[in-house]
Amino acid sequence: MTPTRRRRMIMVVMLIVGIGIAVGLAVTAFQSNLLYFIDPSEVVQGKAPENRNFRLGGMVKEGSVQREQDGLTVRFDVTDYAESVTIQYTGILPDLFREGQGIIANGKLNTQGVFVASEVLAKHDEEYMPPEVAASMKKPVMNNPGLETKK
Amino acid sequence: MYTWIHKFGSPKHFYRIAGKVIPWTAAITVILFLYGLYGALITSPPDYQQGESARIMYIHVPAAWMSMFVYMILAVAGAIGLIWRIKIADVMAQASAPLGASFTVLALATGSLWGKPMWGTWWAWDARLTSELILLFLYLGYMGLTTAIEDKRTAARAGAILALVGVVNIPIIHYSVDWWNTLHQGATVTKFDKPSIHIDMLIPLLVMAVAFKLYYFTVVLVRARADVLFNERRSAWARDIVAKVKL
Repeated sequence: MTPTRRRRMIMVVMLIVGIGIAVGLAVTAFQSNLLYFIDPSEVVQGKAPENRNFRLGGMVKEGSVQREQDGLTVRFDVTDYAESVTIQYTGILPDLFREGQGIIANGKLNTQGVFVASEVLAKHDEEYMPPEVAASMKKPVMNNPGLETKK
Repeated sequence: MYTWIHKFGSPKHFYRIAGKVIPWTAAITVILFLYGLYGALITSPPDYQQGESARIMYIHVPAAWMSMFVYMILAVAGAIGLIWRIKIADVMAQASAPLGASFTVLALATGSLWGKPMWGTWWAWDARLTSELILLFLYLGYMGLTTAIEDKRTAARAGAILALVGVVNIPIIHYSVDWWNTLHQGATVTKFDKPSIHIDMLIPLLVMAVAFKLYYFTVVLVRARADVLFNERRSAWARDIVAKVKL
């Protein structure tokens, strides 16, 4: 390799390493701002912003979904298997919304500690399988985070 | 080996060899697309949660993989062009950029179409979606920059530097779902343990991924070949080829 080429190669490597370090530092500095949502545990610990909208993410607790008389308002609990927070939402829920499903709600806490959501998004997991396979597994995965998928 | 690289790197041989490769890759692309789409739309089962909507992944996932793969080609070809001043590397990079941008648009559009019914929103500013959008802007910036500069060599050099600066975005896209809480789900196939996808869905997905890759190689060679002929229009061999074409 000629000296000019070696010099140019060092320049290219330094460019990539330099930009990599700069972006790495920036990303670490803005770590919390890059979080799309926070967990119920963080809400219970009082880390949630007050009087300001934020996104809350977690699993919909089994058996907690209740519909109000008007047919549109729903109340349910989300949990990260440590703590849980009650969410109240009026509107159309996405197709993937169901008990045991991960969701993200946008809204704010009211004075009773209930999270009043203006938007509910369903978070899909990375599992892809035919319905028969899911039925034969009797979906133990969704309810128990500690339980690995065993065939 | 070194002489072989130099030989392939020379425009004349590149034009000839690429011309021989294209019909083969084109034929295999068509076969794989037919087989992959048949598997994706007909033989593969619906998903247990998403039902038939999951089928969009057979386009979405390969397109998203390709958007990152083509960017790596752009960056590596850019580095080769910068260090060794091989013209073919510059040609390949510039021929790749619009293709990479198209794959990015395809990934974003299919993701959005899927996101509305499944997530409940067309778009969310989460880390995965935002970094993929930045990738699109990098492609557009690269294309704008290289076409705005008149001088071919300066254009290639400026583009290569932009491509290398942007390469930092690629690991961010890939690991965004692990590093932060995102609306987008985590990796299904490209993780170290067993893929969390049923084998009947995985096979069509991988066939589609290979089909996308070969489609890219076919089209990029066609584009690069045309660029080479145009760049070398004053040389004897290029004049010969053009003279032989009956109008």
